[in-house]
Amino acid sequence: MAATATPTPKTNRIGLPVLEYRGSKTTLCAGCGHNAISERIIDAMYEMGVQPEHVMKLSGIGCSSKSPAYFMSRSHSFNSVHGRMPSVATGALLANKTMLGIGVSGDGDSASIGIGQFVHLMRRNLPMIYIIEDNGVYGLTKGQFSATADIGSKLKTGVVNDLPAIDTCSLAIQLGATFVGRSFSGDKKQLLTMLKAAIAHNGTVMLDVISPCVTFNDHEGSTRSYKYMQDHEEPISEVGFIPSFEEIDVEYEAGSSFDVTMHDGSHLRLRKLHEDYNPTDRAVAVRTLMEAHDKGEILTGVFYIDTQKPTFTDLLNLVDEPLATLPQERTRPSKQVLDDIMARMK
Amino acid sequence: MATTNAGAPSAQGEAEPAAPPKPLVNDFSIQIATVNGSGSQSANSILLRSIFAMGVPVSGKNLFPSNIAGLPTWYTIRASKYGYVARKKDIDILIAMNAETSREDMLSLHPGSVAIYEESANLRQFRDDVTCYPVPFDKITAAVCPEAKLRKLVKNMIYVGVAAQLLSMDMKAVEASLRKQFAKKQKAADLNWAAVEAGFNYAAQNFTKNDPFMVEPMRATEGKIIIDGNAACALGAMFAGVTVVTWYPITPSSSVVEQLIDYLKKYRIEPDGKANFAVVQAEDELAAIGMVLGAGWAGARSMTATSGPGISLMAEFTGLGYFAELPGVIFDIQRVGPSTGLPTRTAQADLLSIAVLSHGDTKHPMLLPASVRECFEFAGAAFDLAEQLQTPVFVLSDLDLGMNNWMSDPFDYPEKPLNRGKILTAEDLKKLGEFARYKDIDGDAIPYRTLPGTDHPKASYFTRGSGHNEKALYSERPEDYQNLMERLARKFDTARTLVPAPVVVQTGKSKVGLIAFGTSDFAVTESRDQLKKEYGVEADYLRLRAWPFNKDVRDFVASHDRIYVVEQNRDAQMLSLLKLDLPAAETIKLRSVRHFNGLPIDARSVTDEIVLQEGI
Repeated sequence: MAATATPTPKTNRIGLPVLEYRGSKTTLCAGCGHNAISERIIDAMYEMGVQPEHVMKLSGIGCSSKSPAYFMSRSHSFNSVHGRMPSVATGALLANKTMLGIGVSGDGDSASIGIGQFVHLMRRNLPMIYIIEDNGVYGLTKGQFSATADIGSKLKTGVVNDLPAIDTCSLAIQLGATFVGRSFSGDKKQLLTMLKAAIAHNGTVMLDVISPCVTFNDHEGSTRSYKYMQDHEEPISEVGFIPSFEEIDVEYEAGSSFDVTMHDGSHLRLRKLHEDYNPTDRAVAVRTLMEAHDKGEILTGVFYIDTQKPTFTDLLNLVDEPLATLPQERTRPSKQVLDDIMARMK
Repeated sequence: MATTNAGAPSAQGEAEPAAPPKPLVNDFSIQIATVNGSGSQSANSILLRSIFAMGVPVSGKNLFPSNIAGLPTWYTIRASKYGYVARKKDIDILIAMNAETSREDMLSLHPGSVAIYEESANLRQFRDDVTCYPVPFDKITAAVCPEAKLRKLVKNMIYVGVAAQLLSMDMKAVEASLRKQFAKKQKAADLNWAAVEAGFNYAAQNFTKNDPFMVEPMRATEGKIIIDGNAACALGAMFAGVTVVTWYPITPSSSVVEQLIDYLKKYRIEPDGKANFAVVQAEDELAAIGMVLGAGWAGARSMTATSGPGISLMAEFTGLGYFAELPGVIFDIQRVGPSTGLPTRTAQADLLSIAVLSHGDTKHPMLLPASVRECFEFAGAAFDLAEQLQTPVFVLSDLDLGMNNWMSDPFDYPEKPLNRGKILTAEDLKKLGEFARYKDIDGDAIPYRTLPGTDHPKASYFTRGSGHNEKALYSERPEDYQNLMERLARKFDTARTLVPAPVVVQTGKSKVGLIAFGTSDFAVTESRDQLKKEYGVEADYLRLRAWPFNKDVRDFVASHDRIYVVEQNRDAQMLSLLKLDLPAAETIKLRSVRHFNGLPIDARSVTDEIVLQEGI
């Protein structure tokens, strides 16, 4: 580096430059949607001023699950077992509920091998952000269909998928996730806004992000290509987010918008673009998703939000501090307790 | 010897024996044959506890079917003035309450034994060499229990009374045990006590004692407790400071976590009403182990309890735990395999599969408790070891130890502080300036780790399987992989020095040595006495308490000519592990004594097999 004076880099509200949110260099294909999602995660964490050391990154197996290496190197990360990230995340967040957990999975990792753990994570409303980087194919094993591939979509090899797609958003809504939405890796603004709102939410956030695979699923006949998304993306709402630390300067338009006050005092502003839209009604959300899918539309936006439902850690009534580092004085009962138990067994 | 009582209206009219047999005091076994779901458990427990209350060493075993109600169940009680607690091969006293099995139960008795049974079953017809005490159970029950729907339960108490009378038991001890059993239910206690008394009185009025078996007070149980192995594991875990518990129900391990939940709710709720623990009933065993490792990674003391089929499902994650060096404790309460096998029968047959569970080169420390006391102590040790060694640690109990009641000295409070292993804090990192997650700093092959949430920019690292270098950076370089694998092997050598050492009983003179572990210890202890008393063979004994083995094992084998490895599986699994560890020249000394019929191993079977192989 030349010894010229460089301008002080711009920093966020906790005094960190965006550089401190970066990860290693990506090894994914150039143009992969996953890289764009990593970028948006970096932006969202930076803009929200999240302390990187207070984030745990978790992933399963697959191209998507490699991506936690490419953002936030200052956060602990765990690249676990195929389809089993939900259980690792559950254990880790129970051990330390003060952390922000972000899980990155793929459509194969969540909807195929991992569907068992996926549904139970949703059901528990474990507070964490769960992202599916959804491209409809297995990339690392070179382009087989996953369970989110649409009926009739075609592989490069000409193989046509004849089984129905699993809609991870409908599932998540039905099962109890409390913030469910879909976005597109190519929609910078919407994805960033949804990620920032996700950080503010207390409960399971499930974001299915359509993320085209440029190598195996970006061709004519694919329903997960950039082209297909440009033609068929149908935002259900315009997503706006005002973090708790910012002044509300946009007026709320009652009737055409929903304003949701989030756990930390942030506001999620959803401007209706779809007539039946109501993000607090599970049945409406699922019906809307199914109808849109039948029309060949890919709905994006926040489909469902519930800020009141107790989370898994609420239900467990855990102490405020991380269980992981409680001192022995609190986790090992006294000698008197053992003596009493023994006396009753005599 | 065909016998009955003189006092009873002798409907069957058998001849009287020449003279009453010589009393056999505090050394017999009782088998109660019932139908599961019939409520006999309380009666059996009262009988066991009454003998215990009279100061006589006693053990009880429940042999039950994989079923909720309606299938045959046997409960055996062994009283032994010598303190033997293994299953006794021969039954001395049969209480035949199940019409469906009573003929077979009767035919399996040895000559000179005793049968107590429902009068109408007329079991006498099958044997003339068994002392018979026919009891009109239904008649007696109806007299003490007006409420018809309770009779099925109360009926069981009649045999407690009959047995108490025939065995000359102290009725004060019986009443105290019964009132303890029904502590919170005064009415039930009174009704049941009336039934016990009715049974006692019937026997007193109608039978003349014509068998040798008796209970006499001793003082051998003073200060002792009665507890099952699963409760002991649960207590061990609680006093080891466990904070994250995950499980999927499976017999015979469920009661580890069920009892742990009870203890935690009672003793680990903080003054503000909040829990300093989390218990999750997972969707399956794959999730249970995933949660354990996730929690261990994030720094919690985490555990799960399972049995063989669950162990199989945990295979993939266990391998990850080994390579990524994640702590976690897994209790395996072993049973006969597979899922549709004999899930309610005992075995020691998960050894080999756990030793190298998963794919690739993996190995995992196993602790092998042989008593409820060791269940408690090894549970604690397992959490220390898992965090010290940063690896999954298995505790192998079994159905016999886990689900049966055992007499024991009370457990000692663990005075040693918890050993949380090598964890670097933010302050440590400030001093060190750098941190390499997988570097062997101390020469024991155990690296240092940081926990998520450590407030230092250098604290984080990326956790993945084996594709990493010392700094936890992604690497596929051959030398990085090989270095990792060699360090992990050295770490396993460190484990040898940390796991519980074997217990050796050695005279220095014998050429014959026995090696056993876990619940085979009960039978081996008794068998050694039989070998000495009956055959003049003094066999030395090494009881393994963990794998990997330490040097004591090699020395023991080296100092004997013949080694009998006693275990409860078909394929001589422990013997195979010993072979892997011993010099080739030593392995030819190993001989095998195996027991694998689903019942707990007994001393006589061990003795007979050794005698046969010794050619005595």
